Amino acid sequence: MKLWRKPLDADTVKVPRGRIYIIKDQCKGCGFCVQYCPRNVLELSQEFNKKGYHPPVAAREEDCVSCGLCELICPEFAIYAELVEEEKQKDSQETQKAEV
Amino acid sequence: MNRSASSTTDVVDKQSHPMSDLLRMDRMPHIWCSGCGLGTTLTCFIMAVRESGIDEKKIAVVSGIGCSGRVAGYINLDSFHTTHGRAIPFATGLALANPELRVVVYSGDGDLVAIGGNHFIHAARRNMDILVICVNNFNYGMTGGQAGPTTPVSARATTAPYGNYEYPFNIPYLSIASGATYVARWTALHMRRLKNSIAEALPKKGFRVIEIICPCPTAFARRNRLGTGLDLMKYYHDNSIIKHGADPREADIGMTGKIIVGKFLDIERPTFRDFLVENVWPKIGRK
Ligand code: SF4
Ligand code: SF4
Ligand code: SF4
Repeated sequence: MKLWRKPLDADTVKVPRGRIYIIKDQCKGCGFCVQYCPRNVLELSQEFNKKGYHPPVAAREEDCVSCGLCELICPEFAIYAELVEEEKQKDSQETQKAEV
Repeated sequence: MNRSASSTTDVVDKQSHPMSDLLRMDRMPHIWCSGCGLGTTLTCFIMAVRESGIDEKKIAVVSGIGCSGRVAGYINLDSFHTTHGRAIPFATGLALANPELRVVVYSGDGDLVAIGGNHFIHAARRNMDILVICVNNFNYGMTGGQAGPTTPVSARATTAPYGNYEYPFNIPYLSIASGATYVARWTALHMRRLKNSIAEALPKKGFRVIEIICPCPTAFARRNRLGTGLDLMKYYHDNSIIKHGADPREADIGMTGKIIVGKFLDIERPTFRDFLVENVWPKIGRK
C-alpha cells in the first residue's frame, strides 16, 4: 500500500489479508467484482468457463483486504474472500521474502 | 476444500460458498442473465436474514411470476412460487394463520403493482404483517421486455416501440399513500445499505416495502441502448441521491435525472391482526 505519511500506529495495526475463491463455472463474466473491488485485486481472465464467459482472476491477491465486497456484489454467488489468519500471513510473508 | 496449488486464485466447488446453506446450490447457476442485478439483491437478502438473527425456520418467502419470482425457487428457506400477481394474497394467509412467521414477498414491479396491484394497495391499507421486496427493473423482463407499470415516460419497450407515454407508478409514494409503515428504496449497487435496510425491516411489524432498482441489461437496457449491467451500475453510482425522509412525491424516476434513494418512512400502527385479536376475538369467545 502507498502511504503519503506513515501513521504513528503503523507498527501495531495490521492490514487484514484475504484469499479469494472463485467458482469459475458459476460466473457469468459481468465484471461487477472487477469494477468495484476497492483494492483493484481482480481482472477478467482470458480463459473461458463452461458457459463461455470469462471468469475473473485475483491478479493482485496480495492486495486483497478481505472486505467482502466482491462476495456481496456478485450476482452469481461465484466469488468470496476469506481472511488469512495471522500465522499463515507471517508464513507467506516469510516465503515471499525467501523467494525474493 | 479443493485447492489448486498452481494458481494464485483458488478454484472451488460451489458447495463451499459461504451462502450455500441458504441457497439451493443444485439449481445453480441460476437463469438470470449476465449483468442482471437480481442475484446481488438475493445476496443482500440472505446476509440480512443472517444479521437479523431471526430463526431461519421462522421465515417464509413468497414470490409471484417473473424473473424476480425465481427467488422462491433458489432460496433454501420455506418458500412458495405463486401464480402471477398473487404473492400478497398467499402471504396474507400465511401471516394471519401463523403470526410467528416473518413473511416476505419477494417479487417484481410488474407482478406486484400491475397484475397484483389491487392486492398490494389493499394489503397496505389493512396493514398486513408482510415485508414486500419489490425489485424494479422497469419492464416485464422474463416475457421479453413489455412496458409495465413502472416503465419511465419515453422509454422504449417491445409494446412501446415509439416510447411509453403512460405515467409510471412511483412505488414509495404509492406505498405510503396506501398505508405502508416502512418504505425504503435502494439500487442494486447500494448493497450494504440495502442489506441493513432489510435487516432493519425484517423484525418489524406491519406492511413494509423495500423497492430495489435493478439492472435488466437483456430487456430494458438493450431496447433503450443503456448498455450492460455494469453500465447501469455506474449510472446508479453517478445518479443516485441518498435522502432519508424525502418527500415521496419527489421520488419519480425518469429516463434521465436523479434517483432518490433512502428510507422514506418508518412508523408503527396496529396491524390487521392486532385489531382482530383485540376487538373481534373477545366478541366471538376466542383467546
Ligand atoms: S475481498 Fe475486497 S479487496 Fe478482496 S478481492 Fe474482494 S472486493 Fe477486492
Ligand atoms: S461479479 Fe461474479 S459473475 Fe460477475 S464477473 Fe465477478 S465473479 Fe463473475
Ligand atoms: S430479463 Fe432482465 S430482469 Fe430478467 S434475468 Fe434477464 S436481465 Fe434480469
